[in-house]
Amino acid sequence: MKAFAQLFLSLDETNKTNEKVKILKEYFSNVPDTDKMHMLALFTGRRPKRPINSTLIRNWAIEASNIPAWLFEESYHVVGDLAETMSLLMLESPGNSSKTLTEWIAEINAQAARTEDERKLWLIDSWAMLDRQERFVFNKLLTGSFRIGVSNNLVVKALADITGIEAPALTHRIMGSWMPEDYTYEQLIQEQNAADNISRPYPFFLAYPIQETSEKRKSAEDVGNALGEAGEWQAEWKWDGIRAQMIKRGGQIFIWSRGEDLATEKFPELHPFLNALPDGTVLDGEILSFQNNLPMSFSVLQTRIGRKNLSKKILTDSPVATIVYDCLEYAGEDIRYKTQSERRAILEKLQAAIEFPEVFRISSLIKFDSWEELETIREQSRAMIAEGIMLKRKSATYQVGRRRGDWWKWKIDPLSVDAVMIYAQKGHGRRADLYTDYTFAVWDGDKLVPFAKAYSGLTDAEINKVDYFIKRNTLEKFGPVRTVKPELVFEIGFEGINKSTRHKSGIALRFPRILRWRHDKPKEEADTLESLKDLLGE
Amino acid sequence: MAKPLLEFTDRGIYCEQGKFYIDPWKPVDDAVITHAHADHAYFGHKNYLAHHLSREVMLYRLGDINLRTIEYGEIVTKNGVQISMFPAGHVIGSAQIRVEYKGVVWVVSGDYKTDDDGISTPFEPVKCHHFISECTFGMPVYSWKPQAEIFTEVNNWWRHNVENGVATVIVGYSLGKAQRILQNLDVDIGKVYTHGVIENTNEALRRNGVILNPTHRITAESSKEEVRKGIIIAPPSSVGTPWMRKFGPYSFGYCSGWMAIRGAKRRRAADRGFIMSDHADWNGLVSAIDATGCECVYLTHGYTASFTRYLNEIGFNAREVHTLYGGEEEDDASPQPSPKEREQEDNPSEVSPNEGDLEGATKGGII
Repeated sequence: MKAFAQLFLSLDETNKTNEKVKILKEYFSNVPDTDKMHMLALFTGRRPKRPINSTLIRNWAIEASNIPAWLFEESYHVVGDLAETMSLLMLESPGNSSKTLTEWIAEINAQAARTEDERKLWLIDSWAMLDRQERFVFNKLLTGSFRIGVSNNLVVKALADITGIEAPALTHRIMGSWMPEDYTYEQLIQEQNAADNISRPYPFFLAYPIQETSEKRKSAEDVGNALGEAGEWQAEWKWDGIRAQMIKRGGQIFIWSRGEDLATEKFPELHPFLNALPDGTVLDGEILSFQNNLPMSFSVLQTRIGRKNLSKKILTDSPVATIVYDCLEYAGEDIRYKTQSERRAILEKLQAAIEFPEVFRISSLIKFDSWEELETIREQSRAMIAEGIMLKRKSATYQVGRRRGDWWKWKIDPLSVDAVMIYAQKGHGRRADLYTDYTFAVWDGDKLVPFAKAYSGLTDAEINKVDYFIKRNTLEKFGPVRTVKPELVFEIGFEGINKSTRHKSGIALRFPRILRWRHDKPKEEADTLESLKDLLGE
Repeated sequence: MAKPLLEFTDRGIYCEQGKFYIDPWKPVDDAVITHAHADHAYFGHKNYLAHHLSREVMLYRLGDINLRTIEYGEIVTKNGVQISMFPAGHVIGSAQIRVEYKGVVWVVSGDYKTDDDGISTPFEPVKCHHFISECTFGMPVYSWKPQAEIFTEVNNWWRHNVENGVATVIVGYSLGKAQRILQNLDVDIGKVYTHGVIENTNEALRRNGVILNPTHRITAESSKEEVRKGIIIAPPSSVGTPWMRKFGPYSFGYCSGWMAIRGAKRRRAADRGFIMSDHADWNGLVSAIDATGCECVYLTHGYTASFTRYLNEIGFNAREVHTLYGGEEEDDASPQPSPKEREQEDNPSEVSPNEGDLEGATKGGII
């Protein structure tokens, strides 16, 4: 655990990519193989189960730190991280435990079979034998996620340097469902055959945005200058659903989401067609709600995501289908090396041979002769229930991760309104003890009605200025939330708007974020609820 | 009820009987100053009273002011009110102000720390009836390690950088932290270089008779190769400026109490964060307040709301008061320095003496 705690600390202490890779390599070179796999699992989002309820952990930590519960809560708001708060509030310990990361995780897992009293004793003892940094990391294992500013790519790069295996192959080998208890380091570095694990998805190829925000709008000419001849590109609608990889191997089917969650059971409508696919087929596409042959907005699909049981009603109200746009494996062969056009031809052939045209759809190609023409077609995106247009170089292979060059997304400009900030709350992590989470309101007559929360979109310098304003213009405090003097106006961008019975304003926005700070606008000139409701299109 | 000896006004802490203010932020006739930091020693008062060791720094920062200075323990009487100073341990020359009239004693802490930093006269608890205290770090998550441990880390980091051919830049504000760093560096490793605003403060202190380790002011002629073998002490406002970048590749360390929190540390994007503060930590504050034996404690800046509530729960009579001093939790994020200020710092020959070097004020400020 000392090595793992030091790894954490060292990674925190540099912002340089090369330095981070060096630190990761040092860690890999110095710990036992089982620790390597545990670290790999943690850094790629595979956290052990939580055997102890976090409220209990919190309560025991309050006891151990000997302060009133309210002061613990206040401290948490200052620190912005529960694991860190607990480690800071307990008495310093010299840290005389020499257990490895693997041993600690085994102990944590063993708590599942213990009684509550036994768990408490174990936890208090454990805290006492760890120093502050170890205790922080240990608490992270127990309670939180591991967001530490190290991407999967960096971990893979370090591992590639150590093992001599190429990064794309390694990325592939750590995809899908595995736990460090059943996947050894030896297997990881020796394995050569992708079919060894029939459920394993390929790493997703992700498109790069052509324009980031409405402010940096790109014209057809800009796009032409950047991408060259229109004829070298394939264009499709950018569908607004759940990106998924669908696998049929060895008579079994698997549906993976982009977040590497196995979601096979969530989409029973897709099972018949997947079962009908030949063995050794992997498809990449989007899952959407469909009705009467038309895609429905993402909000309809949203109603069934996250449900444990798919009731008959949900299946009737929000039936899904998939729009497939790529084929990664065919007849048991990894065909990612083939060109976009070649893979497309295989996909079309595959779909024609299967009799499920309503659930197994193919993303139709948009015909265009010039970038100007495509720019005009892009204007129809909203009517198509699409987010914009995808551009894929016809000669491109299917690559790993988000990279510039061959796949681009040209999204439509977000919808936007000018709104007044009325509440603020402190952020977490890097934004701890700074007011960074804001609630925005629009006018309803002479009242300001809150309609959206947004956390992102401002620069660090702007956040500091807003924080400075909030601390001097607080009207009331409700727990961690402050009511702020309505004065600052921001342009809020969002991807979609829907009716909502859960919100006071009667509407809910999709992906609200701050586009810019409107220093030029007085609060009286912010938009109205009526103008927002007009965007509902009803 | 008789008027209290000290009251909180919109100009600062006021003594009506003695007709003077303590650390006022608007122009007044008579100002008693706890220490020379910009949020305590404002410009524009007619008469200033401060400690001897604040003399040269105040003259350097505030120009030609009418300043009288006294020693710790020396008593000045004004209209029957006895004013005296006691060490606050915050920075060189920092003082707690003791005010007594007809047997009633008030003490204004200014900013203070209870640990001995080896360069400021160590904090001395003063018995009083009413204690006006700061609480910049008045949350239990703040707990400082012994200074020696921190400087072992600093010196090891510096040595490591020299071995790797990387320049070392250590950041701390110019009055206090800079000298504390300077006096605790292992000068066998290399030479100590200083940014202009820090060297100006060092020179003021040397004029005041303070003996500091030798330093080398960085000028346009400084050799990059030589500087790389040493360590540069720079103010927070120089972080990320072209002035600092020209020493690249460098590793930059930030010295502040705020480094205790991972989020704050990551926000600063320092290569190394050293948890080092010139303010008392949680235990320091509670023990200092306890040692005064006061009947009532007033909290001026920091996490005042939570700290006041806690003190009341453990049996003190505590009150929150509003002032304009530095690191008030409500007031801790200063806006970025203006481009002009930055330009001046790029060109150390034209530095402005007031670079806003408060620990509290730079929190979240310069990133």
